[in-house]
Amino acid sequence: MTSADMTGRRAVITGLGVIAPSGNDADRHWKALFDETTKIGRISLFDPSSYPVTLAGEVRDFDPDEHVASRLKVATDRWTWHGLAASQQALDDSGVDLSTMDPYDAAVALASSSGGNEFGQGELQQLWATPDGAVSVYQSIAWFYAASVGQVSIRHQLKGQSCVLVSESAGGLDSFAQASRTIRRGTKVVLAGGTEGPLSPYALTCQLRSGWLSTGTDPERAYLPFDSAAAGFVPAEGGAVLLVEELDHARDRGAEIYGEILGWGATHDGRASRPGDGGSAEQLVRAMRLALERSGATASDIDVLFPDALGVPEHDLVEAQAIREVLGDVPVSTQKAQLGRLYQGGAALDVVTALQAMRYDMLPPVTSQLTDPAPGCELNFVRTPTASRVRLAMVNARGFDGFNTSLVVGRFSE
Amino acid sequence: MTGANGLRRVAVTGVGVVAPGGVTRDQFWATLTAGRTATRRITFFDPSKFRSQVAAEADFDPVAAGLSAQEIRRADRYVQFGLACAAEALADSGLELDERTRESTGVVMGSAVGGTMALEDEYVAVSNTGQEWLVDHTYGGPFLYQALIPSSLAGDIAHRYSTNGPAQVVSTGCTSGIDAIGYAFQLIQDGEADVIISGASDSPISPVTVSSFDAIKATTPENDDPEHASRPFDATRRGFVMGEGGAVLILEELDHAVRRGARIYCEVTGYASRSNGFHMTGLRPDGLEMAEAITVSLNQGRTNPTDVDYICAHGSGTKQNDRHETAAFKKALGEHAYATPVSSIKSMVGHSLGAIGAIEMAACALTIDNNVVPPTANWSQRDPECDLDYTPNTARETTVDVALSVGSGFGGFQSAMVFSRVTNVAGDGGRV
Repeated sequence: MTSADMTGRRAVITGLGVIAPSGNDADRHWKALFDETTKIGRISLFDPSSYPVTLAGEVRDFDPDEHVASRLKVATDRWTWHGLAASQQALDDSGVDLSTMDPYDAAVALASSSGGNEFGQGELQQLWATPDGAVSVYQSIAWFYAASVGQVSIRHQLKGQSCVLVSESAGGLDSFAQASRTIRRGTKVVLAGGTEGPLSPYALTCQLRSGWLSTGTDPERAYLPFDSAAAGFVPAEGGAVLLVEELDHARDRGAEIYGEILGWGATHDGRASRPGDGGSAEQLVRAMRLALERSGATASDIDVLFPDALGVPEHDLVEAQAIREVLGDVPVSTQKAQLGRLYQGGAALDVVTALQAMRYDMLPPVTSQLTDPAPGCELNFVRTPTASRVRLAMVNARGFDGFNTSLVVGRFSE
Repeated sequence: MTGANGLRRVAVTGVGVVAPGGVTRDQFWATLTAGRTATRRITFFDPSKFRSQVAAEADFDPVAAGLSAQEIRRADRYVQFGLACAAEALADSGLELDERTRESTGVVMGSAVGGTMALEDEYVAVSNTGQEWLVDHTYGGPFLYQALIPSSLAGDIAHRYSTNGPAQVVSTGCTSGIDAIGYAFQLIQDGEADVIISGASDSPISPVTVSSFDAIKATTPENDDPEHASRPFDATRRGFVMGEGGAVLILEELDHAVRRGARIYCEVTGYASRSNGFHMTGLRPDGLEMAEAITVSLNQGRTNPTDVDYICAHGSGTKQNDRHETAAFKKALGEHAYATPVSSIKSMVGHSLGAIGAIEMAACALTIDNNVVPPTANWSQRDPECDLDYTPNTARETTVDVALSVGSGFGGFQSAMVFSRVTNVAGDGGRV
């Protein structure tokens, strides 16, 4: 099965970049999924004592000075540092030499659900704290949602069709669909994925109003998707950026191919999120089936599913129903309970996990704390590291207010 | 029916607008064709402490626009614009959504700064006017999460019309409007949807945004004569004037539109975006990347540069922008650039950041429909580096079969879109 359409152009993945609570490159991320320790902890970026949510998945051991020149650092938010670092990794990992390419053949399409939060809060404070306050010269380029894509395109001279997608948490997958569309229209390489920086006091305050955050204080048990103890999710920062490349371009330069983007489906619930409503199982089913159909696969071809795993009971139930309806007892693997929910970045990170599973023929387990599935959520969870030939993987992502996206990635074969 | 490139063709079958100077499609068109400026001293807050104190504000009444009490409570101003535009555009299209068509109907909107207005208002409360870094969450309003995530714009429209097709918000700064419509265009081309409610909206007229553009001197410092403050392509221009508003187009697969006997404004025949890879706010004077975007978008529809009848310019009125895009037009169209009427509607309705690209596409649809080119208001002195025909001050009646629109945004984005009068429709051969 291939993703070739009438243009004959296929989109494969040749570079991985990760900045996440699990580690700051794709291999560290992969190893962390087997180490049985949670990456969630008490928020250290500010004192969370006065907030009902005190835990988060933070990116650790990240020195921005190693990734961003000082002049650029002062002009950008933490979310953009992570985006720049992950993009650099993906390009380095791919071995592509952009200097030999037409810059219009290279582009970047990243997702972001909330932009440069920490930077923006600092500037709002500068403006409002004193009567003659004003923002800095960098506010206009650091806070808005396109800041990371703009900076990545400038750093690497990516002059092709770029895009910024903000469909809450689903955009992290939509970016791969957009990268594929862009490649089918003739672009050779597209950086796709996304990072998030939702951990500032004001951004956390905003997130509290989603009603979806966990107020748990035990890092091991605060975020337990599909479990009878599920009570919301733990927010996290970081994400992943991957290099998507046109197949012939990758082959001509002898690139290592991690996998192929085979299909996707995007739907909307047609209704907003509200307490007690877990969203539309029907529309999630449709997104998953559209992704299958586009990839030319059948349900039994999917070797592993990485779910959205929101951790809000009614949403978990809806997702579990949809998974069973479309994929039966497919092995389900999720590490969100261990890492936190990285919003758009989390969906992109799950794509990395899926590709690593293919590379190592190994399914990473769900967090060991997920011991007691809620009624209706008894899925075929991967309980222990399981050696398994992985040809096709599906990733689900759902966004606040009804966005659903499914993506199918596959082991590359001619 | 597929076009020359083998892809499905996309028609514009409905237009809805919220703009300064008149908040419906008809009032918007009346503002433009009269050459009337809607720029004024800012009334939303006391702008005295800011360098730039003028803006184009929309006199928008959400109740009159048909929004429900709950929508008004939940939605920030830019989302309210989006809902009003979508309602007008859908009514204009005559489209009736049912269970089946909802699955193939999507929503793709653009916004540069999303819920900035609500976020700033709420910030002032939770931080006690900027006194606390560890803000007091208990003062946050119930819909603060909707303000944080600009996806609310597409989510609320999909919610109102119960659409189940792909929903997305594209946020590429000041090219968001063109890029959102471009994203929708490609989804229909590729068969991912048959109908898309697509456009953009922004409501950036709040202290933090005014201060942001003050800091880099992008907006005009001329506050004494607000009506004449936005002067794109004029030698005396001194920066842009912020605006607000939105526009929604109903994009529809051409056969789908023809089958139901829809009135078709025009066809989307090309879209491209390129990045300059140069600077987040600076533009090189050569306009090369914008010229590339124009050339690619013309080629998609096999449109010759000499077929372009009108250019709806980005025309922000900054020194560097107007020079940059003038160079781009010459590079892409050659000598024909001198023979093509160009105008910047930002001279009248201001620069509403991500929204304006969609508002300008609405203007292009109306230009083709009416064969009237809107003018560039406030133009009086020629700049040697801006030496094209900017349609000064007075609208012009002329046949427009092909309209090109461009946008240029922070982040280095340069986008172009081409609207063409529909031809080659089976059994008709011309206007439907």
